[in-house]
Amino acid sequence: MAISFTVNGEDRQVDVDPDTPLLWVLRDELRLTGTKFGCGIAQCGACTVHMNGMTLRSCVTPVSSVDGSEVTTIEGLDSPAAKAVQDAWVGIDVPQCGYCQSGQVMSATALLEENPAPTDEEIDEAMAGNICRCATYVRIRQAIHDAAKTLEG
Amino acid sequence: MTIHTNRRAFLKGTGAGLVVGVMLPQAARAAQKSGASAALATGEAAEGAFAPNAFVRIAPDDTVTVLVKHIEFGQGPYTGLSTLVAEELDADWGQMRATSAPSNPALYANTAFGIQGTGGSTAMPNSYMQMRKAGAAARAMLVSAAADRFGVPATEITVAKGVVSHEGSGQSATFGELAEAAAEVEPPVDPPVKDAKDFALIGTDRPKVDSRAKSTGEAQFTLDVYRDDMLTAMVVRPPKFGATLKSHDAGAALKIPGVVKVAAIPQGIAVYGENTYAALKGRAAVTAEWDESGAETRSSEQMMAEWTEAAHGAGKEVSSTGDTAAALAEAETVHEVVQQFPFLAHTPMEPLDAVIELREGEAEVWMGSQLQTVDHGAIAGTLGLPNDKITLNTMLAGGSFGRRATGDSHFAVEAATVAKERGQGATKLLWTREDDLRGGYYRPLTVHRLRGGLDADGNITAWDHTIATQSIMAGTPFEAMMTDGLDPTAFEGAKVLPYAVPNHRVGWARMESAIPVLWWRSVGHTHTAHAVETFMDELLEKAGRDAVEGRLALMDDETFAREAGVLRRVADMADWSGQKGYGVAVHKSFDSYVAQIAEVEDRDGTPHIARVWCAVDCGVAVNPNVIKAQMEGGIGYGASAVLFDALTLGEGGHVQQENWDTYRMLRIHEMPDVQVSIVESDESPTGVGEPGLPPLSPAVANAWRSLTGRTPRRLPMVPVDQA
Repeated sequence: MAISFTVNGEDRQVDVDPDTPLLWVLRDELRLTGTKFGCGIAQCGACTVHMNGMTLRSCVTPVSSVDGSEVTTIEGLDSPAAKAVQDAWVGIDVPQCGYCQSGQVMSATALLEENPAPTDEEIDEAMAGNICRCATYVRIRQAIHDAAKTLEG
Repeated sequence: MTIHTNRRAFLKGTGAGLVVGVMLPQAARAAQKSGASAALATGEAAEGAFAPNAFVRIAPDDTVTVLVKHIEFGQGPYTGLSTLVAEELDADWGQMRATSAPSNPALYANTAFGIQGTGGSTAMPNSYMQMRKAGAAARAMLVSAAADRFGVPATEITVAKGVVSHEGSGQSATFGELAEAAAEVEPPVDPPVKDAKDFALIGTDRPKVDSRAKSTGEAQFTLDVYRDDMLTAMVVRPPKFGATLKSHDAGAALKIPGVVKVAAIPQGIAVYGENTYAALKGRAAVTAEWDESGAETRSSEQMMAEWTEAAHGAGKEVSSTGDTAAALAEAETVHEVVQQFPFLAHTPMEPLDAVIELREGEAEVWMGSQLQTVDHGAIAGTLGLPNDKITLNTMLAGGSFGRRATGDSHFAVEAATVAKERGQGATKLLWTREDDLRGGYYRPLTVHRLRGGLDADGNITAWDHTIATQSIMAGTPFEAMMTDGLDPTAFEGAKVLPYAVPNHRVGWARMESAIPVLWWRSVGHTHTAHAVETFMDELLEKAGRDAVEGRLALMDDETFAREAGVLRRVADMADWSGQKGYGVAVHKSFDSYVAQIAEVEDRDGTPHIARVWCAVDCGVAVNPNVIKAQMEGGIGYGASAVLFDALTLGEGGHVQQENWDTYRMLRIHEMPDVQVSIVESDESPTGVGEPGLPPLSPAVANAWRSLTGRTPRRLPMVPVDQA
């Protein structure tokens, strides 16, 4: 079944089993490999993408449900908030193994686009769905504050 | 130290303006050509690259690529080893690139192992002089080439930030400009390295080479490898450890579009899909019958009871000083505890995966191998190809914590088996999170029994300690590291106490099960540090002594000066005064010394770790920021384990946790604030990937006892059914 949606601003059409999780369509069909597989049950957030501006766990989202939607992956991030987040991530060397960080960056960007100056509690709430086994959490929290400062100008 | 170098250049210059005038445009040109910041290497080394030795490549575009022999899975060897080369080369950090060295033990063996591999927090210690020498050799060759080109004596040449200069004549050239000529220079046999006082990079912070690529999704992991006509394979595995396949029915699976093949293999049943989802659906549709006659059918509760009983015996003697039995009999007070530790899964973020492409008479492999030489040989053996017909690409791995270092190469063998079964072409073997959690290779379930004797004055006179646990090394190539039938991973961290105890005995009760066990970040120290440091805390409490002062009083100043040093430092950091809710622990592992103080809160009966102060002595601090990050990471990984993690087997031997919904991981709101202090040292650097973890667990347990009067006797502290 052909499904059409926009990925990173480009119209894409895929002909796959409509139940296929968006994650595997992005990776296997579109070769957008920045979005990662961690658990397959929306527990870890490694597969986080944006759909119409909201975070979405692509590992449990059938591709049929994004038909006609606008999806953004880490490869397509280009908002001021995204740039501030990624620069902050690099600025204090947040990543260790790095595998979860696409998802962390996607969640952090969505948070700052919604709330440009989050408190620690608001950061915890927005980021609690993203597991990092390297436990880079201290730096994630700091980097989000740093990015917020950058956005403040 | 950077200032020192600059000042020297300034003073020596007849006119600082000339030096700056010449060097700045050159440096800027070098930086412009190489790109502004250190990074992961992309693609093959450029044409015309200068290869002074196995570790360094200098390209005409001024990039310096370091071939890193250790896998990068978050502990920072790409940055650390590149720092060592850049230091001796006097390179600009911005021109440095890092990539993975090929699998070749003749060139890239871990000097601590004799084979190529990473583990035991050895990446920095075993590379420290090797990589500095590699950088120094390259520098000497560049200088020699420059001396020829400039027509000046080599001794008058200086090198700074990737530019080779002769002040007197005002000539200079970048590394890239000299690369071709330097390649003609005879490499020096034993080039001198810098005196520590001249270090410009070692001991200071700079951006990690991989942070940008890992913040943009560009970093390439094994999961990201796609080859033409690649199939994705998944394996239906036995429901219990030790069960074997009796029969299977692939009919329904083969009807699913995209499922191209189903085949019985020794590991179970391999299902091949044109894409991941087809493989997933296909695997779910296979039905199978299993022979469970040889399976492990005990529950982990049964094992815990058996292990506990064994811990009440003496075990095989590991070490004995004095007469512990007699001293216990004479003691005024005997304190006895049993500490129980569950199986733990590593659950790195990236599940196990590998891509193998079979071609006529050769194969190429992409995987995050932690023991390249072992996996390389296992893949060659499985495929029936000679080692030199296998190209093994070590990929960035999404964590490991020991999981990718298997002595039996079970995963590499499985990947080669599914590739061979498929035939020519590329096959990606992917484990799901469920495969990962059910798949074994856990930190072994372990029970400690300790008895301590105190005299009437509260002095510790006896310490008797039996540890019941499986062997990690037995039956693997690492069995060669066992002496007298003793596996050091069972009791490391308990055999030698940093405390003066006159009568001390340690025994190991070796337990057996069909469950494969493995090193899990800090290995034996994961449980021995907890057992020793909680027990010491309790004995000091019984003696009415302060947890910090009491420990220090028992430490011999010379032998255990570094343990005492980190303990004093952390006590200062936390303003220690034995505060309620604070707990302390100190532990040496992998030749690094770490002390921590945890502050724990009681949240409706559940412990919450609010803050951790951490002091570390790991010799020369090559990259302080990486060391701090590893302390943070070790603390977080340890916090998850002490609070939440347990892998349990139910009645009949089924694994009860299949994914992160039931195997609970520490999340951001549960992460403590962490303050790290690095103790200054001139000693050779030691590792930091693991040593940050062991003290965390006992520090938290000690804090909880201080706060609530309750002593956790079984980990995790938050029972699994409440997690």
